[in-house]
Amino acid sequence: MSPDVIQAILLTVVTAATPLLIAAMGELVVERSGVLNLGVEGMMIIGAVTGFGAAQITGSPWAGVLAAIICGALFSLPFAVLTLSLATNQVATGLSLTLLGLGVAGMIGEQFVGLPGVRLEAVNVPFLVDIPLIGRLLFGQDPIFYLSIGLAVGVWWFIFRTRAGLTLRAVGDSHGSAHALGINVLRVRYLAVMFGGACAGLAGAHLSLVYIPQWVENMTAGRGWIALALVVFASWLPLRVVIGAYLFGAVTIAQFHAQAQGVAIPSQLLSALPYLATIVVLVLISSNRRMTMRNTPASLGKPFVPDR
Amino acid sequence: MKKLATSLLAAAAAVAITGAAQAADAKACFIYVGPIGDYGWSYQHHQGLLDVEKAFGDRVETAYLESVAEGADAERAIERFARSGCDIIFTTSFGYMDATNKVAARFPDVKFEHATGYKRESPNVATYNSKFYQGRYVQGQIAASVSETGVAGYIASFPIPEVVRGINSFILGAQSVNPDFSLKVVWVNTWFDPGKEADAAKALIDQGVDILTQHTDSTAPMQVAEERGIKAFGQASDMYAFGEQTQLTSIIDDWGPYYVERVQAVLDGTWESHDVWDGMAEGHVAMAPYWNMPYEVAAMAKKTATAITVGVLEPFTGPITKQDGTEWLAEGETADIGALLGMNFYVQGVDDQLPE
Repeated sequence: MSPDVIQAILLTVVTAATPLLIAAMGELVVERSGVLNLGVEGMMIIGAVTGFGAAQITGSPWAGVLAAIICGALFSLPFAVLTLSLATNQVATGLSLTLLGLGVAGMIGEQFVGLPGVRLEAVNVPFLVDIPLIGRLLFGQDPIFYLSIGLAVGVWWFIFRTRAGLTLRAVGDSHGSAHALGINVLRVRYLAVMFGGACAGLAGAHLSLVYIPQWVENMTAGRGWIALALVVFASWLPLRVVIGAYLFGAVTIAQFHAQAQGVAIPSQLLSALPYLATIVVLVLISSNRRMTMRNTPASLGKPFVPDR
Repeated sequence: MKKLATSLLAAAAAVAITGAAQAADAKACFIYVGPIGDYGWSYQHHQGLLDVEKAFGDRVETAYLESVAEGADAERAIERFARSGCDIIFTTSFGYMDATNKVAARFPDVKFEHATGYKRESPNVATYNSKFYQGRYVQGQIAASVSETGVAGYIASFPIPEVVRGINSFILGAQSVNPDFSLKVVWVNTWFDPGKEADAAKALIDQGVDILTQHTDSTAPMQVAEERGIKAFGQASDMYAFGEQTQLTSIIDDWGPYYVERVQAVLDGTWESHDVWDGMAEGHVAMAPYWNMPYEVAAMAKKTATAITVGVLEPFTGPITKQDGTEWLAEGETADIGALLGMNFYVQGVDDQLPE
């Protein structure tokens, strides 16, 4: 295989992994605050349709990215109001957010079906992009890829190196104690949920502006659920989410190459391989139970009603 | 909230658009598995509905339901149509088979037409399908003529006879031009996942194919091919808008003539149950305009399509050897319909192992 082909394959892997990485990073922050939002798929598809639509109408893909982030965050608000202010069941509310998102996106998107999309073009750093094997991988990718790397580093730094991150973890581990210390638990959770929505929206924009620049109903095809699973199997650690997302992308692409090479393994098994491999690897690296216990937000999924 | 969201969804999914006609002579109703905007399977069935409206105007009222899931939902949707005064109901996905037959037994006065199925349990159920493999043969010939690497890539959904037949027909067409032509197949195990279809397309291109063809429903592979600068075939509808430098041609499922004919039969009172499997000759399978290829290749493709249409060419004509080297059809022998409908093996030249 020539270096060009290897680089092309690696680029495909990165493209497949990026939306998962972004959505999972957002959900990680949400869950670290003690809230389980199963609406990732719904927020993601809202991001995909609004991103595509805004880019179509204005002709600028950046307007699309911005619209997707804002709409993703706004769309998470009903979930926040219901589960935080009204203390409804988070699982049921999250599921309905997904259903609602799929339906609303289909309705908004009806006018965009069948239109060739506006592509968010790759950034090419002159000269550096021509380095064999790694040039395009490091210096010639779409802007959302660079955002995703910044996001991963930022989330890690925020959670483990800032006071605000400590507050977030405190709220997720024991909302009662955090409340007693004078932390506004609900405000922290509102912000976390909206951050998760913004990330899911951005992930959706990656789908409809970079991955496959078009709008079709249900185009997320379950990627929100994979992002959710990644967070749990990565035991709420940002670095492991990164590993999990790229591993999933790599195995997804590798199995297509194996098929194209005519490898004699049943294709049904190959199709399941990304899921199996990612789960197995993440479970293995998370097998230190004390470490996992320490990172699991103890208040995850529990509603908090402040006593006044 | 959950209940509210579900009913909102149901309302959104069930936007039934009804013709304005008041005193129509008949009502024709359609049920689709996907959104009418999928630019593939359901989109084409909906074009058929529009043809019915065009042909009959106010005489026939129409209605449709889109994105109806196969299974219990389908039975409810079909029954709703049957109760609401539909005279003929077209259920346009394989998975509606049992639901269609169940409802048909309860409404003997309503005619039911089920696409791609084989069960006709009561006299008011008919089945219909199209010979898409005829178009695949034409595509194979084009692929072998314009390819420089001599290898095409095929994005396949599920290993069912319908899909296997298309793959075999494609390679037979290609071999009739270039006997050494080979075909790489990637199974994505879904009908519709634009992301996966795009990934499969990229993998195939990185493996050196310079022609892509697909048996999945989204336009994603066409877009990837356009981006990478290779050629590709559209699927189910004309996908030219997604690959102006790329699309060679596309198989177009043209259900319109059949729908018009069957609605006419209802109006005339001559409707009867039957099982049809029509193709190019009846106009049910058509080819999109030939682009992005030399004039001679387009001329050859047109000639082949005409030969299939008038019946002098049948893609599955011997000698044909199976992938395992055994003879399937002897010189001049044609496949019988049973063998075609149940096809579960590759012919020689397919670089893949058929999933069980």
